[in-house]
Amino acid sequence: MNKTTNQKAWIFLAPVLILVAFNAFIPLITVINYSVQETFGNNEFFWEGLTWFENILHSERFHNSLIRQLTFTFTILLIEIPLGVAIALAMPTKKGIWLSICLVTMSLPLLIPWNVVGSMWNIFSLPEIGLLGKLLNSLGFDYNYTRQTGDAWFTLILMDVWHWTSLVVLLSYAGLIAIPDAYYQAAKIDGASAWSVFRYIQLPKMKRVLTIAILLRFMDSFNIYTEPFVLTGGGPGNSTTLLSIDLVKLALGQFDLGPAAAMSLIYFLIILLTCWIFYTLMMRNEED
Amino acid sequence: MKLELKEVVKTVRGKTHIYPTSLTFKSGDFNILLGTTGSGKTTLMQIMAGLESIDSGSIYFDGKDVTKVPVQKRNISMVYQSFINYPNFSVFDNIASPLYVAKFSEVEIRKRVGDIAELLKLSPLLDHNPSELSGGQQQRTAMARALVKDSSLVLLDEPLANLDYKLREELRDELPPLLAKRDSIVVYSTTEPQEALLFGGNTATLHEGKVVQFGPTNEVYQYPNNIISAQVFSEPIMNQVKVIKKGNQLFMHSGTKWQLKGKAAILEDGGYTYGIRPHHFKIGANNDGFIRISGRVDISEISGSDSVIHFENEDGFWIVHLPGIHSHSFGNSIELYMDTTKGILFDINGNAIFNNEQADMVINNG
Amino acid sequence: MANIKLQGLRHSYADNPKNDEDWALKKIDLEWEDGGAYALLGPSGCGKTTLLNIISGLLQPSHGSVKFDDSEVNQISTDKRDIAQIFQFPVVYDTMSVYDNLAFPLRNLELAETEVHDRVTEIAQLVELTSMLTSRASGLTAGDKQKISLGRGLVRTKVNAILFDEPLTVIDPHLKWQLRSKLKKLHQLLNRTMIYVTHDQVEALTFADKVVVMNFGEVLQIGTPVELFEKPKNTFVGHFIGSPGMNILPCSLDSSNVKLGKYTIETANQVSQNHKGKNLEIGVRPEFIQFSDDGLPVSIVKVCNVGHTQIVETSFEGHKIKLIIDEDIVLPSNNVHLSFNKNKTYLYANSWLV
Repeated sequence: MNKTTNQKAWIFLAPVLILVAFNAFIPLITVINYSVQETFGNNEFFWEGLTWFENILHSERFHNSLIRQLTFTFTILLIEIPLGVAIALAMPTKKGIWLSICLVTMSLPLLIPWNVVGSMWNIFSLPEIGLLGKLLNSLGFDYNYTRQTGDAWFTLILMDVWHWTSLVVLLSYAGLIAIPDAYYQAAKIDGASAWSVFRYIQLPKMKRVLTIAILLRFMDSFNIYTEPFVLTGGGPGNSTTLLSIDLVKLALGQFDLGPAAAMSLIYFLIILLTCWIFYTLMMRNEED
Repeated sequence: MKLELKEVVKTVRGKTHIYPTSLTFKSGDFNILLGTTGSGKTTLMQIMAGLESIDSGSIYFDGKDVTKVPVQKRNISMVYQSFINYPNFSVFDNIASPLYVAKFSEVEIRKRVGDIAELLKLSPLLDHNPSELSGGQQQRTAMARALVKDSSLVLLDEPLANLDYKLREELRDELPPLLAKRDSIVVYSTTEPQEALLFGGNTATLHEGKVVQFGPTNEVYQYPNNIISAQVFSEPIMNQVKVIKKGNQLFMHSGTKWQLKGKAAILEDGGYTYGIRPHHFKIGANNDGFIRISGRVDISEISGSDSVIHFENEDGFWIVHLPGIHSHSFGNSIELYMDTTKGILFDINGNAIFNNEQADMVINNG
Repeated sequence: MANIKLQGLRHSYADNPKNDEDWALKKIDLEWEDGGAYALLGPSGCGKTTLLNIISGLLQPSHGSVKFDDSEVNQISTDKRDIAQIFQFPVVYDTMSVYDNLAFPLRNLELAETEVHDRVTEIAQLVELTSMLTSRASGLTAGDKQKISLGRGLVRTKVNAILFDEPLTVIDPHLKWQLRSKLKKLHQLLNRTMIYVTHDQVEALTFADKVVVMNFGEVLQIGTPVELFEKPKNTFVGHFIGSPGMNILPCSLDSSNVKLGKYTIETANQVSQNHKGKNLEIGVRPEFIQFSDDGLPVSIVKVCNVGHTQIVETSFEGHKIKLIIDEDIVLPSNNVHLSFNKNKTYLYANSWLV
């Protein structure tokens, strides 16, 4: 259907356009500008061309951050997606008090400001006084996330799973309840097992929703900054220094604006590329 | 009032949905678009409404060019197959919505809504919400909304298709008097030939984006200009059998033959297709025009007072519609009489050849 | 295959049903014989889908029992009842091919692949899907998808009954009759119990050997299409079946005659004085009315030519009377009278045949 064209709409958009220009577009241009120059932020610019890009791409520090980031993202995807789907499957399907309770409980982690999440887990996991920390140590585990890399990773991942699995649950649940009853009835009549029902009916019908869930979690986790920063600060050492934390250290800690800008752009492009590949692959199957 | 489509074409992504179409619709009678799903009825209606743009051609309303006029300014009403109502408004507000937009006075609104609700038997339901109503009531609400303002063009896109059979019959009876009182152009689309015949008026048979024939309903039915128009306007399908003409006789493959009369006798000898609708068969011969056809029964369907029998013989598959109950099992042999005076001869291009003057007139004007 | 009995069935969707309206099924006692072709006919909301789901086990009835071959199956789950059900909207497993769709119920029963193959090819031929066996199920037309649903229902050898819930709803109207004939043919070939739910009387009458007409959760009449047509026991049945349905006209009784206004009408059923005081109506089908030289005087309101017949709407003292006549018959222009076939005219008291 064609909508009527109307010039008045542009007037409504003008404020938004101006805002977006200031908050996103102009800063982006600035970053690109910085990425090809050498500067200390005092308005003196020296052309460097692609030097910073080359430096970053060849730097071991960048590689390590990237590997840490990828490990983190894929680990949480591997845990959160199946877990989220499983919880969604377990939720009640009929409207009622239980469903409301479940939905509210699931929503709670998503409502907490991210730095608060980080702080909560920071204290919660402290080996001496935190509930989790104390519990684990009393069970015989030698747990100290501020000192041991393994423990830091464990806590980081646990925090993210706690924080974001709900999103996958809510999205999956929305996809699940959209499946008409007739499919379940037909499967019953066909004598299908619960696993068959999941594999042949629920999973295929949830495909669209899961694609969105995976994409969202991928992008958000790749971008993640606040929670790990508040939790570990990137430590112990740099064992939990993910890409974004590294970037901020570079830019604000060392004031290497040029390399920082270049790294931002590379970072941005990696996310863009991965999302695009992933999305195209998932949507290609839909076209059949 | 007059709506004219002149050489209207619509393509979507390279594929032609509507081939060059020219039609003239007048107020006063039902204008029916008859065709199967996908034949272009809905697209054509949306073009008339202004909801779809056209690639070329023009649309005139009472002599004025409205091709570029947006739908909000065209003063039309539309009723859809899926009963569309504003879910959060009461029935009263639903019906009154076009009047609110056109800024009618409160008094006027109450009067008009009251009148139309009365006509459509919705008066006791005015403060209900559409979700509380049955399908038939929801569709009546949608219709009331379409009829409450004096639109120049009322479009009904298969409005009865989602309703129960009996409800469909009832509404079919109620619609013509409802629409007759106004001076608007009414365009109604349907897939059922029966419905077109019941409404009368004018019918355009559509097939794959083309208007095959347009004219008074009964004429299009009795005198289809080609085999496609005949099939669109037949349910169940029209029997088609290959025949050879030699002199003034028509031969079927099996050798069954009969005499040709009138104009048809002077046609060229050769191959033709003979079409005859299922209800032109009888158990016994009534007059000379009847010839005997026999075959083996495939299935016999009984519907209360009539029987529809599918059978086959050397000449192909046949479907006949007989009054009365005739049950036959699969494989039984059957003998019937076909009324050859009611058949239509089609040439190799599918065009119809008739042997009486009225038919020729219709074909030349349609 | 089995004989299916429904005894004392009552069902309500509400937790605490209080009045009549809360009951979707009021009281059903039915017996379906082995191998019969039945139709459950009624308007939307009459309870036919509820009844179907109780037979298949997808719904547990509030009261009453369902028996297969005289043993109660209320507690037996759907998959163990050996029922096939085809729904309004085609249900196919999108990720599988047509072959795998048909094979699915058999594989769930853990049959050997060779057996599965034989059975699937046999059924594919029956429903005319052989050419599409390797295609993906998701890309097919609605008609073909319904055929897959049908095939999946037929593929199991031990099937007590096949239940159809308005299966032709999404089929192109132009193709409906094709699929309908196919179902009838399948029934003749396979001789399995088939129960077909619909609101379309043409579908019901062409498919079934026996039709159960329902309204408001009750069974109004069970009979062959001919019985329902010729002698409806209830005015609703008379009105619902036939297109147009039976003419129902309010009448009165005097001494021993049925009167329409001041005209005497002869009826097929016996008239007695017991009937006085009840709501009396005459029912006669449009097919059994003719124009005549004398009889009930009417005025012609409308004539519809529907191809091979004409439906004439007339009016008598404000009541509509419709009749169906041949296309060739010329209508009288004045002094119009109707005569009713007395063997097909019935008296109804409080909507029931006397």
